[in-house]
Amino acid sequence: MKETVLKIENFSKSFEMHDQGKLIPSSSNVNLSVVAGKLTALVGPTGAGKSTVLKSIYRTYLPSTGRLLYTTRTSNTIDLALADDHRILGLRDNEIGFVTQFLRALPRQSSENIVAAPLIRKGVDKSSAIEAARKMLQNLDLPERLWQLSPATFSGGEKQRVNLARGFVCEPRLLLLDEPTASLDEETAERVITQINTLKNRGTAILAIFHSPQLIKRLGDITVELRPPVAPETLVQRRH
Amino acid sequence: MNTSEATQFGFLDEFAKKEIRRTVLKAIAIPGYQVPYSSREMPMGRGFGTGGLQLTLSIIGRGQTLKVIDQGSDDSVNAVNLRGFIESVCPSVNTTTNTADADLIQSRHRIPELALTENQVLVLQVPYPDPLVIVEPSEEKRKIMHGEADYSRLLVKLYEDIVHFDEVTISHRYPTCINGHYVIDPSPIPRYDVPKLDQSKALVLLGAGREKKIYAVPPFTDATPLVFDDQPFHIENFIDQDGQRRACQQCGSTESFLDEYMDAETQTLVFQCSDTDYCTRYLSSRNNGALHSNTELDNSAEAVELAND
Amino acid sequence: MTKVLEVRNLSKVYGPGCMQCYESTGPEFGTNICPSCGSIVAAHDISFDLCKGEILGIMGESGSGKSTAVKTLFFDQEPTHGSARFYDSNKQHDLFSLNPAQKRNLRNHRFGMVYQNPSLGLNFNVSAGGNIAERLLMNDLRHYRQIRDRACELLSRTEVAIARVDEQPGNFSGGMQQRVQIAKALAINPPLLFLDEVTTGLDLSVQAAILDLILEIQQEFETAMIVVTHDLGVIRLLAGRTLVMKNGRVVEAGLTDQVIEDPQHAYTQQLVASAL
Repeated sequence: MKETVLKIENFSKSFEMHDQGKLIPSSSNVNLSVVAGKLTALVGPTGAGKSTVLKSIYRTYLPSTGRLLYTTRTSNTIDLALADDHRILGLRDNEIGFVTQFLRALPRQSSENIVAAPLIRKGVDKSSAIEAARKMLQNLDLPERLWQLSPATFSGGEKQRVNLARGFVCEPRLLLLDEPTASLDEETAERVITQINTLKNRGTAILAIFHSPQLIKRLGDITVELRPPVAPETLVQRRH
Repeated sequence: MNTSEATQFGFLDEFAKKEIRRTVLKAIAIPGYQVPYSSREMPMGRGFGTGGLQLTLSIIGRGQTLKVIDQGSDDSVNAVNLRGFIESVCPSVNTTTNTADADLIQSRHRIPELALTENQVLVLQVPYPDPLVIVEPSEEKRKIMHGEADYSRLLVKLYEDIVHFDEVTISHRYPTCINGHYVIDPSPIPRYDVPKLDQSKALVLLGAGREKKIYAVPPFTDATPLVFDDQPFHIENFIDQDGQRRACQQCGSTESFLDEYMDAETQTLVFQCSDTDYCTRYLSSRNNGALHSNTELDNSAEAVELAND
Repeated sequence: MTKVLEVRNLSKVYGPGCMQCYESTGPEFGTNICPSCGSIVAAHDISFDLCKGEILGIMGESGSGKSTAVKTLFFDQEPTHGSARFYDSNKQHDLFSLNPAQKRNLRNHRFGMVYQNPSLGLNFNVSAGGNIAERLLMNDLRHYRQIRDRACELLSRTEVAIARVDEQPGNFSGGMQQRVQIAKALAINPPLLFLDEVTTGLDLSVQAAILDLILEIQQEFETAMIVVTHDLGVIRLLAGRTLVMKNGRVVEAGLTDQVIEDPQHAYTQQLVASAL
């Protein structure tokens, strides 16, 4: 029996737009589990709030309702919706990884430094971190001549490889993936799939959004379908 | 009190003297701390030694012996005038040029060569009492800095000196730490005289008339010039190009602080003792055939001590 | 996470103050001037924690009170109300109940401050090296060679040419002066560093270099920092967590990416929406 790392109960998220006096629902009534060594795939049409779920787990968004119960490496269960900021920062550093659709990194940093950064934050010494980073960049087939360069001028696919390498390198307990292969060619996508499988075998719980049904079939252990929240087009008028 | 005297003994009224003596006691109790006092108007301009003069007038007693020097000399204008004034307002006080004979020595810019004793008091005239004034214009802030012994900005000045000149260039008024806390301006004595303050047997009182401050280096108290650990304090060594210690052209001593001047006739540099009393005595002891001048001088100092007892 | 600083209910009022000051000012009223007594409520009820190696951003427009918080913590100003506890290697200091000597002691030995205006942080009458030396001398380093070596080390660390160690800061460009100021602040490896609009008014390329330097310092020394700025870009780059201030109040506090991507308060939404 594999251990449940994340259990989401009755989650919903809506955005309050003050200047328009409107409340915009984004996700509603989400229930799911993410299990160690398994990949839970989020599916559903555009606007179903798939990214919102990932961002809310990572606290980039503040959840509106529901519980996001996360079990830490030390078997403590905490509600990510209520945990204080420092707790979340600690989890981001040590347990929860997030690969977004687009690379966001400190400017003017070499690619290998960007990839090594989370390892260094975890306390790995610099040279071993860089070594691990290079290995991961090699696995994802980023040409070696680019390792010392900042990704600012890279193509979309190259940037995404740096992004994925950074997410994979520190083998998080929970990994959130938002369309990780969207901008990649087939060959690189295959390499990413290999990496994802490696992580699964090593026990990482993964919650992912994929655009392609084949990928879901190949990688997904659990599939959760999200439906757009009630009447997303009808903006709820809020009293002022 | 003799009412026939034109002015009363010591010129200052008894209240003024009492206040200054109290200030002196406080200054001795807190070594190096600048004690403010209500500096009195004196019949001479501020800056001519009125701080030292008020100290002398307040503590000198009838029958005591006074020596007044300026830059080591008993005969310079400032010394002569001050001595004359004190003689006129303190009728029973004797004056001398002999360092060993004096109970009290008032001096400007020098400490005598002859080591002073427990029975002597040295009064130094001070133009600028606060060494921090070059780094901090506000007296309120300077007081806090003194209180916390925060002399880092003063040390920065020394740092800058070493940066620009490879050594500390302060020749006079070298900032000196008293008893491990307060840093004083020891008045414009040369570096050569600074070590004499350390564990001095005589009480050293410093008076600044214009700035209205009195401070003290009590007997047997540490006086340490401000330095960096790896940049030791140097005194003037008077070594010539050939590595020889220069001698006084008058008395031949190679153990005194020398004044340097250009001889108008020969157009050559001449070096001569700054302490005229020392110079005269060294010369006469040499002429009398004494083998070692210091022995002679030390003996005479002892003789004075005995006489005083 | 090791807590370095804990601030609770910090308030600062300029003026006589009255019973209505707090309840009639703030973002709901669009002002920090008390209508009854005319006092300025520069900051009210500010609370936050700061941990080792963390950078906290305080963002807001001018007059929002963002600098006030930092100035009271660095003892440049006295708070009207509130407490701040500084945790320093097993010792705790209740900052606002210290006597002036203890305050100066912390300022000199445990805190660093980098001002927007270098003339507040640097002595323009002594060399760059002398400025750094001053902080080392405060900490009882009395060895000329060691002081000089450390000054050069810090200047090269902050990318100021060592050849210019003996020049006065007045000869330097704005960006260089800021680097010297940072070097001076860092001289004693302070566990807590305050940065008040340090890149405001500098060229973009110079800004970038200073910001990179700050991040490197954070990683290298695990210095806890409070960065005060009106620049969303600076916040995005440096701060892990952010407080947003308006009219003397904290209107929003959270992880920086959350504050930017999911701002809760109307003012923050407006701020984020108007960023370039």
